[in-house]
Amino acid sequence: MHKDNVFKYLTINSVYLWLILFSICPLTLVVICSFLQHTPDQLFVWKFTLANYKTLLTPIYLKVFWRSLQLAFWVTVLCLIIGYPFAYFLTQLPSKIKGLMALFVIIPFWTSSLLRSYAIITIIQAHGLLNTFLIKIGVIDQPLQLLYTNTAVIIGLVYNLLPFVVLPLFSNMEKLDRRLIDAARDLGANGPTTFLRIILPLTKSGIYSAIMLTFLPAMTLFYIPDLLGGAKSLLLGNVIQTQFLSAENWPLGSALSLTLTVVMSLLLWFYFRSTPRSEREAL
Amino acid sequence: MNKYIRSSYLVLCYAFLYVPLFVLITYSFFQAPPQTGFTMQWYQTLWQDPNLLVVAGNSLLVAVVASTLATVFGTLAAVVLRRYRFLGRQVLSNALFSLIIFPDLVLGISLLLWLHLLHFPLGFFTLAIGHITLCLPFVTIMINSRLLDLDSSLFEAGRDLGASEWTILRRIILPLLLPAIIGAWLMCFTLSMDDVIISFFLTGPSFNVLPLYIYSLVRLGVTPEINALCSIIFFVTLILILIAQWRVRIE
Repeated sequence: MHKDNVFKYLTINSVYLWLILFSICPLTLVVICSFLQHTPDQLFVWKFTLANYKTLLTPIYLKVFWRSLQLAFWVTVLCLIIGYPFAYFLTQLPSKIKGLMALFVIIPFWTSSLLRSYAIITIIQAHGLLNTFLIKIGVIDQPLQLLYTNTAVIIGLVYNLLPFVVLPLFSNMEKLDRRLIDAARDLGANGPTTFLRIILPLTKSGIYSAIMLTFLPAMTLFYIPDLLGGAKSLLLGNVIQTQFLSAENWPLGSALSLTLTVVMSLLLWFYFRSTPRSEREAL
Repeated sequence: MNKYIRSSYLVLCYAFLYVPLFVLITYSFFQAPPQTGFTMQWYQTLWQDPNLLVVAGNSLLVAVVASTLATVFGTLAAVVLRRYRFLGRQVLSNALFSLIIFPDLVLGISLLLWLHLLHFPLGFFTLAIGHITLCLPFVTIMINSRLLDLDSSLFEAGRDLGASEWTILRRIILPLLLPAIIGAWLMCFTLSMDDVIISFFLTGPSFNVLPLYIYSLVRLGVTPEINALCSIIFFVTLILILIAQWRVRIE
């Protein structure tokens, strides 16, 4: 029995140790650093200050937050509008091809999002496929300037995050009891009523998982605005990246990134509150 | 009619997901605009780029080390969480769960600060630490969901027959989990090979990796060589996913 305990405590403690050393300590340091001073010649100085948080409350940064939250919101909504029917129709496919079609969603899910953002550039650039096609069928005369606009960033984010919406929704909808839908139909519910009263409530936890997987990346994938253009400070992620690597103001960067953890905590809190434990594994 | 709408919607969605990738791969085999026709020259140019081979080697090294360690740690964590009751079990479980949606950006920054404070020079070790931390929760969740499907009476039978915990792990749990472990390892490998955000913060100029190298190229614009490089990466990812999925399906 003694050896069993050694084994048990060794494994538990090694996992704990890793998380403490490389997640909890670093994160605590970010919190501490956000209260430190910044000087031009040093990354941070060990002197307490609230200046970084005062900077966050200036109109420039409040505007960045607001814009970033708005963008993340619309990207998430667009992903859900496109992805929800996508996932639902997937579950209705005959079981023979369902697995294969699901695999075709898993492939982009695991493909490098840098690569996929680059693929979007080849499509929407001035002489890309989209413009050539639209000119040929006579919708436009001049190529659309899509690349280097905010629209391109939204397209890029939706394109990248769509599989992250479809997969949790799909696995959630697979567990949906079809008999409930049939029962609703038998009892005289029409299409919209069945959807609003039966399907939507039952797939709620899938929707929450999907939101968690898209909202934060939509605020932090800094290389997408960087490559696809638009305002370079479109995402909070870009501003944070600049503070760390170009402006070298680590305390301000830390304070900025803590706001992301606040958003994350709110999402998690909402998720844990609204999803019963038995359904959480779906993520 | 209903079925018709459903199918066309699915076709549209798949087109949205795949046309850009398809176009990219097609372009990689075309000659530069004045000429037309099939060519392999962009792939040959890649092969002659000495920087590319170095950064690809670096990425491979980090990915193999990080995914192996993350798989070992993550599998142990999943087994421990399922088999034992101990102080802080729920905390550990929630912490790993939260780490999945923890923004990569904040993870990268916090590790940068911490490792800077500990005077770690940026390079292989810092990047490996970052990628292990990134992959660990994914492994735990994947292995955990597989453990839920296993029959726990098998472990009890092992114990009744006098096996130690270590023997149960080695002789019963690990063989049963093997497909899931291989799947998890492959997923970690692609996560590490594709990661831009954490690599961006945790590696220095002396140890450049593939995603950052591509990023620096892509910022300069679209070229046939990048198309070729991205096509290769896409096919490698595709093969890894197919192996992982195939291993899982077999069970």
